[in-house]
Amino acid sequence: MKEYTVSPSPHIRAGTTTSRIMLHVIIATVPAMIASAVFFGRRALMLIAFCALSAMLWERLIRFVMKRPDSTDDLSAMVTGILLAFNLPATLPVWMAAIGTFVAIVVVKQMFGGLGQNFANPAIVGRIVLMLSFTSHMTHWVLPDNVDAVTSATPLVTEDKFSYLDLFLGHCGGCLGETSKLALLIGAGYLAAMRVITLHAPLAFVGTVYLFSAAVGQDPIYQMLSGGLILGAFFMATDYVTTPVTNKGRVVFGIGCGIITCVIRFWCNAPEGVSYSILLMNIVTPYIDMFTRKKAVGGIYQKDKKEASE
Amino acid sequence: MRLNGIRLPHHKNTENCETVDIKCPERVIISMSQHIGAPAEPTVKVGDEVKVGTKIGDADLRMTCPIHSSVSGRVDKLGEMLLPNGKVCRTVEIVSDGKMEPDEGLSPPVITDRASLAAAVRASGCCGMGGAGFPTHVKLDYDEEKVHIDTLIINAAECEPYITSDYRELMENHERVIGGMKLVREILGIERVVIGIEENKPKAIALFRDKLSGESGFEVMKLRSSYPQGAEKVIAYYATGRIVEEGRIISDYGMIVLNASTTGLIWDYSRTGMPFVSRRVTVDGDAVGKPCNLRAPIGTQISRLLEAAETDTENMKRLIAGGPMMGISLYDPGLPLLKTNNAFLAFKSEAKKEMQTNCIKCGRCIAACPLGLMPAEFERAYDRRDREALNRLKINLCMNCGSCSYVCPAKRPLAEKNQLAKGFAISR
Repeated sequence: MKEYTVSPSPHIRAGTTTSRIMLHVIIATVPAMIASAVFFGRRALMLIAFCALSAMLWERLIRFVMKRPDSTDDLSAMVTGILLAFNLPATLPVWMAAIGTFVAIVVVKQMFGGLGQNFANPAIVGRIVLMLSFTSHMTHWVLPDNVDAVTSATPLVTEDKFSYLDLFLGHCGGCLGETSKLALLIGAGYLAAMRVITLHAPLAFVGTVYLFSAAVGQDPIYQMLSGGLILGAFFMATDYVTTPVTNKGRVVFGIGCGIITCVIRFWCNAPEGVSYSILLMNIVTPYIDMFTRKKAVGGIYQKDKKEASE
Repeated sequence: MRLNGIRLPHHKNTENCETVDIKCPERVIISMSQHIGAPAEPTVKVGDEVKVGTKIGDADLRMTCPIHSSVSGRVDKLGEMLLPNGKVCRTVEIVSDGKMEPDEGLSPPVITDRASLAAAVRASGCCGMGGAGFPTHVKLDYDEEKVHIDTLIINAAECEPYITSDYRELMENHERVIGGMKLVREILGIERVVIGIEENKPKAIALFRDKLSGESGFEVMKLRSSYPQGAEKVIAYYATGRIVEEGRIISDYGMIVLNASTTGLIWDYSRTGMPFVSRRVTVDGDAVGKPCNLRAPIGTQISRLLEAAETDTENMKRLIAGGPMMGISLYDPGLPLLKTNNAFLAFKSEAKKEMQTNCIKCGRCIAACPLGLMPAEFERAYDRRDREALNRLKINLCMNCGSCSYVCPAKRPLAEKNQLAKGFAISR
């Protein structure tokens, strides 16, 4: 008798895989990569490539050392590398970038168990570590078109304001991937259209920053278009692993990020609050998840029972 | 409120295939366990002459209905077989004389009230034909003092890919389905009858809207094409807005849900007295040369059906009874057709071993679950054997529709784990 392999249902699976999702994210970063090349030159592309490759290399090495199967083919390390590069000034020496990817991949991601197990966004922590360790290099902003010459300030600390259009297109100082809001939004639109991300967290994040800024008398549009807000909201606050799983939770996450960002921007002695706000909200994500658990359709819960009996 | 669900490719390749009767098989193997509930015991001996419709198995149990011979001939063997669900059950094997003579003793039942309807339905050997196979008479056996059934829901959603056997029932035998609807409605004194059809079957919707126009109390409900619209709780919710709470059954809320083909069978039995002895089954899949709908006696070996559909059995690697989402994969095409089998799917490819990664907490399974459960959380709770957490997360409500596994990009075996977790949660 010919024998057949039996397997449990369902017998069909959707085509979406982890690596395909990561590939979508990589594709979504391409417009911002192009923008960074336009504004900051070849050096920006070089740094992105270096970060992506070094992140993959660290992942391969640490998995080898830990005697675990290689996991670079899920492409998540590459995504981390690219996003970390987006958070760096184009002039940063590569050896510093390598430390950043080491912290992101080895310390934050693999030490906690690899993909899906890290509690904080690796790229964000990589950036924060670099920021605290090499503050002057990390804040060595250059104006676009002038990479080797003038040191400039980001729109958030400078006295001379940039026009909204310059901010939107990316013609301003800042990290290499965060300046062009247009390019980032094209990428984010792609991710939303491909159903990779939902817009709950980013819209709540950006919306909160807008309302908060308006409420305290800051220019809300300027705040929205400055610094790493758009990059953080659409590419970091949508990271699956470190943000809540339900849409309700994602809204809470976004609002929390928005409030913390504004508090840091307006009242703290730090130029930018997006990365800290996301890190802090990453830490409370398990609690958000706990309080925004979905109720089952037709489920009877202890509390309901008490109410019903009263 | 809209319940969640997932979009699936339809693959309704056989929707225009008229039902074809297969050649009378020389031998049928009739399982004494055709549906969920207790198995029946054979009531015939080796050597007995039987006709089509002769009772060959029964048991005096609530969840059991009688089993009838599907061919005329002689009982050749009382055996045993391993069912696809892993249980062993008794079988009656009948060698056909090829004449398909009906039993002379068959006569239409007298149906005057609910008790006689339930008795007739039981006597017909009727069980749900949509796949799960709940004995139909049990649905009609409720406490009239406590509940009043006000809505009858006819389930013609057929939300699984490939399967078109209910659709063909609607298109070929609409008068049977409508007759059954009217019969049950009249006997039980039901106010409202809703037939739910998915929007990917516009012809059936138009046909029933036309045939039921001018009749008060009948509605055709167009359902979104989303899986699992045909799940009992889901279709009942869309028909009435009522949510069935855990630990309760659908009749507690004044509803009865019957599959469309089952409804047709009830009507047929009430007219002719011919019990459940044959059924329509869709044969499809990439190993099938001529996808089709076949009508075959219960107990026909699946290999005969595959042959009739010109299946490339040489290259067939997988055989599934039912749809690709909830169907059971079979180990042997020599197994017989059961009353609950609405389709057989034959594929040339092995079950794909896809790259599994850690859960990336994307939340797709949570967004997919029609009952608002959290499969990723179930998996974590089961892996640490946390019974309390599983119960708090309502593992008992999972109906194994498989949507979570389907959408999971990390290819985690969520539906499988849910089943294990469900068993674990109730064990001690």
